[in-house]
Amino acid sequence: MRTKLSKMLGNSAVASFSSSILAIVVGLIFGLLILLFSNPSQAFQGFGTILLGGLQDGLAGMGNVIYFAVPIIMTGLSVGFAFKTGLFNIGASGQFTVGTFVAIYIGVNWTWLPGYSHWIVALFAAALAGALWGFVPGILKAVANVNEVISSIIMNYIGMYLTNMLIVKTVFDQLKNQTLPVAASAQIPKWGIDKIFPYRSVNGAILIVIFVVFIMYIVINKTTFGFELKACGKNPNASKYAGINAKKNIVLSMVIAGAISGLGGALFYLSGAGKYMQVQDIIAIEGFNGIPVALLGLSNPIGILFAGLFIGYITVGGFNLQSFDFAPQVIDIIIAAIIYFSAFALVFKNLLGRVGKKLAKREDEKDE
Amino acid sequence: MEYVIEMNNITKEFTGIIANDNITLQVKKGEVHALLGENGAGKSTLMSVLFGLYQPEKGEIKINGKSVNINNPNDANALGIGMVHQHFKLVHNFTVLESIVLGRETTKNGFLKKDDARKKVMELSQKYKLMVDPDEYISDITVGMQQRVEILKMLYCDNNILIFDEPTAVLTPQEIDELMKIMKQLVSEGKSIIFITHKLNEIKEVADRCTVLRKGKYIGTIDVESASKEEMSEMMVGRKVSFAVEKQEQNLGEVVFEVKDLTIKSKHTSKNAVSDVSFKVRKGEIVCIAGIDGNGQSELVYGLTGLTHIDCGNVFINGKDITKESIRKRCKDGMAHIPEDRHKDGLVLDYTLKENLVLQTYYLPKYQNHGFIKFNEVREFARKLIDQYDIRSGQDEDSLVRDMSGGNQQKAIVAREIDRNPEIIIAVQPTRGLDVGAIEYIHKQLVAQRDAGKGVLLVSLELDEVMNVSDRILVMYEGEIVGDLDPNQTTVQELGLYMSGSKRSVKNEN
Repeated sequence: MRTKLSKMLGNSAVASFSSSILAIVVGLIFGLLILLFSNPSQAFQGFGTILLGGLQDGLAGMGNVIYFAVPIIMTGLSVGFAFKTGLFNIGASGQFTVGTFVAIYIGVNWTWLPGYSHWIVALFAAALAGALWGFVPGILKAVANVNEVISSIIMNYIGMYLTNMLIVKTVFDQLKNQTLPVAASAQIPKWGIDKIFPYRSVNGAILIVIFVVFIMYIVINKTTFGFELKACGKNPNASKYAGINAKKNIVLSMVIAGAISGLGGALFYLSGAGKYMQVQDIIAIEGFNGIPVALLGLSNPIGILFAGLFIGYITVGGFNLQSFDFAPQVIDIIIAAIIYFSAFALVFKNLLGRVGKKLAKREDEKDE
Repeated sequence: MEYVIEMNNITKEFTGIIANDNITLQVKKGEVHALLGENGAGKSTLMSVLFGLYQPEKGEIKINGKSVNINNPNDANALGIGMVHQHFKLVHNFTVLESIVLGRETTKNGFLKKDDARKKVMELSQKYKLMVDPDEYISDITVGMQQRVEILKMLYCDNNILIFDEPTAVLTPQEIDELMKIMKQLVSEGKSIIFITHKLNEIKEVADRCTVLRKGKYIGTIDVESASKEEMSEMMVGRKVSFAVEKQEQNLGEVVFEVKDLTIKSKHTSKNAVSDVSFKVRKGEIVCIAGIDGNGQSELVYGLTGLTHIDCGNVFINGKDITKESIRKRCKDGMAHIPEDRHKDGLVLDYTLKENLVLQTYYLPKYQNHGFIKFNEVREFARKLIDQYDIRSGQDEDSLVRDMSGGNQQKAIVAREIDRNPEIIIAVQPTRGLDVGAIEYIHKQLVAQRDAGKGVLLVSLELDEVMNVSDRILVMYEGEIVGDLDPNQTTVQELGLYMSGSKRSVKNEN
């Protein structure tokens, strides 16, 4: 028992965790500096509000945190999964967008589906659409060695404009310049989550997210498929030498990453929170926010879950900052600064390693 | 006695391992001092301490009689200590001159002043007979030339104490001779050299004194003149080492591996990298492909093992055509491959030892159940191999392969490949960069496979290895097989003629 515990606490896990925490602290300090710069008199009050985050409104506030965390955990998982295979999935936004559209389309139109299966079909279709959007960069990389960063950025734009076009043609509410509301049967069940967190937007989506985290953890760490994916990510040459089909794994990895992002879009928009897709030329921010979430979580599914919750927490804190006299842009900047500093977790991990060695050395010298 | 370097009673510990245990190294001015030891004996650690990369737990370092503290490589440079690393640290799209002055650029108002630098480099090059063309690009010059650039870089920084970390591992025999001359020239000009190696011939040729390390401990310092090779290797390994490879009477069986009219186009030129190569390997036979580096051996192996595309020709295992088969299928058909570059191809360095040991077999029912890896079986299997092949590492099967010594990494590959019980083993320079003990071990394993009735195809650049281990020698020159020789009826000189293309006995059909 003891050896197991000490192994678990063995340097790598602890270093990973503490480096993420350190990254967050530095991000927060930077946020405080911006606050001091823009409005010194209310800076500390404002900072307190950010730190209080979702807790300001008690459990309801936490419900809000969960609502905002769901999509970025999913895109974070998507980016993190592709990282394991050595791929940078910057196309999570496009996958998220097409997933969202397909979910809404089915939610609005396929009302002939039996009620209990309506939302399930919508989720699956969204995952499928996201998978398709991941498949294209994957197959291009595998067959023609096209850099996945470039092709998935292109897919982001194709996804966005195609979605805009299809919304206008199919599920458009002209008065409000947004999508039509989805049928009630297409909304994700609450499963009692709304009882714990009394907030209208919260629903069972978080349980589905936790389920995906669990599956991904198992796949990466326990299966031959995960073994292959990681081998391809760590050394593509040796994987080829060992007879692992790297091309198949690149495609599969992107397909799965895409499916997770697409599912994320559906989970966010089928929440019955009064959230609608709008026709605008902006690439979905949730996709990009998945990158810092994956980095802060060090590509570990469980790490990503908590990283996403943290960033949701800070985001809600940012909303509450509006009650002070800060320019709205400043709030955005602070939140963005905190999020992106958090992405330096890896840098801090290396730094911590070095500091640890120095400390150990000093202790040794003292002992003598 | 005056010493330029004194490292007294150095102790350096890593978690779980004492890399240097009370080691003393004293280098006189103007001598070549060899540092001899097996892989993992602590040579590199000791030099890293001297170079300021590690801080020792105990001991003191004196340079020119003065006690010093070396905290980083810059301190070392300031004290006149320079190092030629085993893997050169050069920028490939820089010219020779730019590479030499890199980090020590002479500037005027922020602009580079190359003329002064060029003058100094040319003077040094003349003085030490290190001929280089300062305007060639690093990517265009040979490995031997690159090494000269590294040496010039040290001299350019006015270093007086030069460390050579296994400098001959990457050189051809001719280049090695050149290097030896250069080293003699350097010491005659008053420089001092620490020469890290495990090649006894080279020590005999060039070194004045030799310090031997074994398993992190100081064994002794000897005068090279008065010591025999056998004595030195015994000090290094801790037991008597046989240089001759013991083989049983050959028991030839059927053809196990056949290559027919194999042609592979070169990626860089219009010529064929491998041109119309045919040969057979029988059961119980070690066939060696000899030749100077870059004559198509690497491409041939890549083609045979399925890592690159074959343009023309066929490959058979036990009569079965495997030309078009995937790497995994070849693996199942009984092909084992000990690759030339173990870091690039042979291992996933950031995987643990146990994961690397099942790199090709993780998918077999023995190690997985419905896609879930059976970690206990994998661990047991790894422990078995670690025991059987004496693979040493800090945390046994859970060690990261990156943290293991080169010799043990190679042992892991050999263990993995042989344990699959293959029909044919393709071993490419399996002993490159390894010490005497490990070389002896790997040769023994290959011979044991031969005696067990397997086919072995050995690709080697080392003439000693070619002559001692093989049953038959094929010489490759410019992508063709130009000689099919019996090691008992040929000489190294004759082999050299074939290798340089001056002689051929296999008829050329073109």
